[in-house]
Amino acid sequence: MTHLAKFLGATAALAISAGAALADPALVFDLGGKFDKSFNESAHNGATRWAEETGNSYAEVELQSDAQREQALRRFAEAGNNPIVTVGFSFMTPLEEIAADYPDTKFVIVDGVVDQPNVRSVIFNEHEGSYLVGQMAAMASESGTVGFIGGMDIPLIRKFACGYAQGAKSVNPDITVLSNMTGTTPAAWNDPVKGSELTQAQISQGADVVYAAAGGTGIGVLQTAADQGILSIGVDSNQNYLQPGKVLTSMVKRVDNAVYDAFEAGTEIETGINVMGVNNEGVGIAVDEHNEALVTEEMTAAVEDAKAKIASGEIEVHDYMSDESCPSLDF
Amino acid sequence: MDFLTLLQVLDTTIRLATPLLLACLAGLFSERAGIFDIGLEGKMLASAFLTAAVAAVTGSVLIGTAAGIGAALMLSGIHGLASITFRGNQLISGVAINFLAAGLTVVIAQSWFGQGGRTPQLSGSARFETIDLPLAGEMRGDIPFIGPIYAELISGHSLLVYIGLLAVPVTWWVLFRTRFGLRLRAVGENPAAVDTAGISVVGLRFAAVAICGLLTGLAGAYLSTGLQAGFVKDMTAGRGYIALAALIFAKWRPWYALGACLLFGFLQALALRPDVIESTLGFEVGVQLLDALPYILTVVILAGFVGRAIPPRAGGEPYVKER
Repeated sequence: MTHLAKFLGATAALAISAGAALADPALVFDLGGKFDKSFNESAHNGATRWAEETGNSYAEVELQSDAQREQALRRFAEAGNNPIVTVGFSFMTPLEEIAADYPDTKFVIVDGVVDQPNVRSVIFNEHEGSYLVGQMAAMASESGTVGFIGGMDIPLIRKFACGYAQGAKSVNPDITVLSNMTGTTPAAWNDPVKGSELTQAQISQGADVVYAAAGGTGIGVLQTAADQGILSIGVDSNQNYLQPGKVLTSMVKRVDNAVYDAFEAGTEIETGINVMGVNNEGVGIAVDEHNEALVTEEMTAAVEDAKAKIASGEIEVHDYMSDESCPSLDF
Repeated sequence: MDFLTLLQVLDTTIRLATPLLLACLAGLFSERAGIFDIGLEGKMLASAFLTAAVAAVTGSVLIGTAAGIGAALMLSGIHGLASITFRGNQLISGVAINFLAAGLTVVIAQSWFGQGGRTPQLSGSARFETIDLPLAGEMRGDIPFIGPIYAELISGHSLLVYIGLLAVPVTWWVLFRTRFGLRLRAVGENPAAVDTAGISVVGLRFAAVAICGLLTGLAGAYLSTGLQAGFVKDMTAGRGYIALAALIFAKWRPWYALGACLLFGFLQALALRPDVIESTLGFEVGVQLLDALPYILTVVILAGFVGRAIPPRAGGEPYVKER
């Protein structure tokens, strides 16, 4: 028994030292999986872009259950992978626990904050991106009414709504911004039927552009908007392709850039909080072949102008989560 | 609230009430035969997925619906096997079906289409189109009051809405006017008596569970191909449970079920229009309260404040011939 334990210990030590020499970065996807057409796929794109450009390799794993989070992180840390990038706020708890056990390994969490000396927390200024699409919505609207449909009623989603309303009102101070939340339970993220009906309700109140920040519920919003002949705005990843020619644009969070930057910095990565906003291409609008015809030159000019002003601090987009209030929209 | 807004809210009511109604009638058949069915939610979900998936692959919503009904029937079969043949606990079997459907749909969708547990967006003949009833366009403008009601409210729904509404009188007729219905109700009240009369308890209960599968299959198909154009994970969003609440609210009767589902649908439709509530009542009503009302009303009914809801007497108990 003792022999076995010693032997195992020796191989483990060997494995650690052998792994440490490699120092490949690692990427841990969340439960949605690598090809979820959203968050995780964006992370995957960033990693492959890095691998293609540098010719280096990286390790990755797709989780199958919540229980594997900690296990996967420990496996990579012990194998010497560095830095280890995790995608999604669900990694906050496991990272809090294990980061201190591997002080020489750098961890990155996208979309969450972990207060440990060897963790970089990447968060996005969603309100700034929402401001940009709010401007576009107001310019595309002919009725003077635009809508917002959120998923679960949480501060993060109100942050989207607040930035959107501020952006819309910057273009047209008299514009009406309708705002509805799908619900107050996690089921609100996956209720496209209710998303559709909320869209119908907003259309009957005069809205002709709706912005959906509602996860799976947003699929219903985009669908109904397309069926009823109004414009919609997607969120998180580029959703323009879902209803080609009917989605004005998408407010994208550049998770791929976050992953790319982390891999690029390697073991020398800066820890602490890393804010991705419009100033460092962290959030933005999506323009591709599906919505080119909808985006006018004035919109592009206004968005570029606002980007510059937000980056320079001339325009300050209100962050709902900073004080739990919103000057441009009543909830 | 002006007339047109009222019509819009009622129109939404019908759309939201239809999946509840189909699921509620499904539960009615099953529970009247003495098989409690918590698994309505799971069966709807499985059907919603397979309908959308097969419709996406074949391009035909009818083939999709047939597949969806097949999926719901299969889960019904599992429920029947567990709770009728093997005399297991009906509630546990139902809960298991819900979990099974919630997990399997996403896993299969992911490996089939690779779009994050979704099916592709459907278009054209892969969706149930809305049906404009004859003369709807002419009546809208020509006849005051009745015209808009006919054109906006009654016309312009998908086929499954009309099937759902038609299912109410059919259910009533089958349960209360046919020999099969009498036996089915008897098997839920006193299976021993039915057995004594030489009629198969197991056969009747399986028939009831199969009808339940058929109706939940239609409900799921309506969700993913009538109201939506594709499947999204967990898209039933608790409608199976609201249908169960409606079933209790309706005291296990078909016409009452129609009323209960329309009422619950109306509450859901109102919750979508906080502006209308405020302008009509003059004060704000929390959306959460409206969402919770179906459950509150059901508890009130169950507590016996407004009439009494008496479930089928042999409900929930497996039938054992000899002890």
